[in-house]
Amino acid sequence: MTALLELEDVEARYGPVHALHGISLTVEEGSVVAVLGPNGAGKTTTLRAISGTVRRSGRIQFAGRPLGRVGPDGVARLGIAHVPEGRGTFSELTVWENLRLGAYTRRGSVEPELERVFTYFPWLSERRRQQAGTLSGGEQQMLALARAFVHRPRLLLLDEPSLGLAPVLVAELFRIVRDLNETEGLTVLVVEQNAHLALQAADAGYVLEAGRVALSGTSDQLRSDDSVRRSYLGY
Amino acid sequence: MGALERLPPPTSLLLVAGAAGLLVGSLRSDVFAQLTVQGLALGAVYGSLALALVLVYRATRVVNFAQGELAMATTYVAYQLIKWGLSYWEAFFATLAIAFVLGTVLEVALVRPVQHRSVIAAVIVTVGLFVLIDGVVNWIWGGDFKYMQSPFGTKTYHLGGVSIARLYVGMLAVVLVSVLLVWALFRFTKLGLAMRAAALRPAESALVGVRVDRMLAIGWGLAAVLGAVAGLMAEPSQFFLDPTLMQPILVYAFAAAVLGGLESPAGAVVGGLAIGVSLNLVVQYVHPITSELQTPFAFAVLLAVLLLKPSGLLGRSEVRRV
Repeated sequence: MTALLELEDVEARYGPVHALHGISLTVEEGSVVAVLGPNGAGKTTTLRAISGTVRRSGRIQFAGRPLGRVGPDGVARLGIAHVPEGRGTFSELTVWENLRLGAYTRRGSVEPELERVFTYFPWLSERRRQQAGTLSGGEQQMLALARAFVHRPRLLLLDEPSLGLAPVLVAELFRIVRDLNETEGLTVLVVEQNAHLALQAADAGYVLEAGRVALSGTSDQLRSDDSVRRSYLGY
Repeated sequence: MGALERLPPPTSLLLVAGAAGLLVGSLRSDVFAQLTVQGLALGAVYGSLALALVLVYRATRVVNFAQGELAMATTYVAYQLIKWGLSYWEAFFATLAIAFVLGTVLEVALVRPVQHRSVIAAVIVTVGLFVLIDGVVNWIWGGDFKYMQSPFGTKTYHLGGVSIARLYVGMLAVVLVSVLLVWALFRFTKLGLAMRAAALRPAESALVGVRVDRMLAIGWGLAAVLGAVAGLMAEPSQFFLDPTLMQPILVYAFAAAVLGGLESPAGAVVGGLAIGVSLNLVVQYVHPITSELQTPFAFAVLLAVLLLKPSGLLGRSEVRRV
């Protein structure tokens, strides 16, 4: 396996506040990697540093290219789809328009892409003319995933997909993520509070604490680690 | 524009009642019919400039006080091109292209640098731009009246007892076609979708790969094109060109934009038509109000809307579920 994404000693700050104190992590091509940790550990900021939506320093390498000076739209064009906290739904636009925007960086006809995404999310097809803001939270999260999918990214950044969703929906969501990974070879970096679910879906994981990597390993290693069990898995 | 069925019932009723009233009045009185057609033509011009204001406001949250002066300046560009030997319509389209470039350049050079500091700073820049454009036009072309050939000739159509100048039909057609083209661009093209997205949610748009800054600049460019159409169509209705051409029209356009709901492109056009027709009819039929009071009357409409229904006729509150 080769590394698709490498972070080395990445720092980020919001004004005077340091959010990341030198994060290093690697995401292998074709894998699902989870980022765990308590609130304020820098999980969301790590994703934002990758997509360029926060000021960052240190080395970020994607598919052999440094991302240090690339802005968010450039990062998206390089093949990274970032589904941010709050899902990034264009609530004023229709479902179809949201999906069309997801495929914004793609040239030519997007109809085949949309047809393909409807095989994963059949209900979206019937709702294509509905205003996205009127979807339920769960539906919006599915739409966000579908929007990222039509982008056909090499890397998907998912921020707290389970936030505010019913457990059944969360399980469904992770099943689809895993499915996309296995059948489409999509590489995923997912930030998640629900460590149990995240480690079930992921191949490897990183635990962040106070802007640093506290622990890393394969999902099995993390699951059997005592401190992870106590702090995040609750048994 | 497909928007009618989504409107709240009082607004659609009001619009239908207004249209019906105009129709009945026009059937009963030839003068009323003439004034209505003329009012619609002038109103389309106000609507076009109002739409320019709305586009800029939606894209950058800036009320561009220089929109009218920019339109006036581009009309002078057309005047100059015709003087250099272009035909009217060659000059018309060349002017639209120049207006587009001018609009984008102004956004990039003057508005963008102050935009992120504060909205007030950007508004002050547009007020400064008003003065600047006015000064430059006076410096280049002088303040005296210039005369351009009328693009639609002087023919008059007669329908029964109603005489309608070809000028007004032409104005109405040119403005409405321009507005429809802009609407189609926003509604049906990938570029239009990206522009709407960039205006609504810049951060999320960047995440899907939209170059937000570029979209906002294009928005200013398109607004300048609509303004140029308004200026070029306002000139023949005034029969001469001078640097104050667009100043009253800017007030009518503000009234139209606010009446329609500052966020609503369709509202700006409907608001423009409503202001145009009502100004014409009020001056004719409401006795204390003469043509000297037209601009204050438009201002009164603006104030009344802001006080009574700040969201305007077609401004809708956002629908959102969490």
